[in-house]
Amino acid sequence: MSLKQKDIYISGSVCIRNRTVRSGDKIVFKSDESADLFSSLYEKLDIDYPKFFKMDALCKLGTAAAHVLLKDFDKSAYQPQELGIVLSNKSGSIEADINYFESSKTFPSPSLFVYTLPNIVIGEISIRYGFKGENAFFISEQFDPEWIVFYVGNLVQHQGIKACICGWVDVENDEYDARFFLIEQGKDNGLNFTADNMRAVFSQE
Amino acid sequence: MDKKELIYQLKQQIIKQLNLSGKTPEDIGDDDPLFVEGLGLDSIDALELIVLLQQEYNIKLKNAEEGQTIFRSITTMADYILEQQAGAAN
Repeated sequence: MSLKQKDIYISGSVCIRNRTVRSGDKIVFKSDESADLFSSLYEKLDIDYPKFFKMDALCKLGTAAAHVLLKDFDKSAYQPQELGIVLSNKSGSIEADINYFESSKTFPSPSLFVYTLPNIVIGEISIRYGFKGENAFFISEQFDPEWIVFYVGNLVQHQGIKACICGWVDVENDEYDARFFLIEQGKDNGLNFTADNMRAVFSQE
Repeated sequence: MDKKELIYQLKQQIIKQLNLSGKTPEDIGDDDPLFVEGLGLDSIDALELIVLLQQEYNIKLKNAEEGQTIFRSITTMADYILEQQAGAAN
């Protein structure tokens, strides 16, 4: 039986993988094989945030996904502390860890060091989009929608969260995989916040 | 290397080290503030500038508080580098 949270709905979803950005079931952008993915995303998605270029790949991916996800989101309907973020992945911050380790052989780089924790991506999204509510980052071998529904549902029911970005953001060996959902309380659009509905969005390829 | 060449080289190195994508040396004024209203650098960038001095010019900042003066602009950085290099040569 699918876990379901009463009165919570999936109001948006974004997927970035295989150099393709999807919002719901629509392809928003597809990057050329030869182009630098993040430079293309920055330009084509009109991200307009110079700090983007200082971020590690995980934060760039998360910021780009959040940018598309929140395009039509009416943030003014909520207090900043009612906006949460719950993300997960399997590789942690491994790319930033390796880059920092390599730099530490000569001159350790402070700007690489600051990205050696996976939850920094939550911080970057929070700063950029003004989310100040509860947040958490989980590591699991694969995306676990049941856990996300349980955890986020708990935040909505007991911690005052009314809207939340949740999902998966993973970078390893230059492979990028982001699947973000925007869930909101009380905005009945017919798509309940359930593990099955998350899984169905995940499988749209 | 004279001061003018050093200033241009510093601009190139800062753009590369701090990932200031889209910026060119010509976009950075010699006397523009590096922090806040100028290039908009932050505290992590300040640490990167300290690393840059050590890595590229073999200069170790003795007192972190000096940074406020040294990193005010590209010109002040160049003056500090030239001063340290002259001191080392004597």
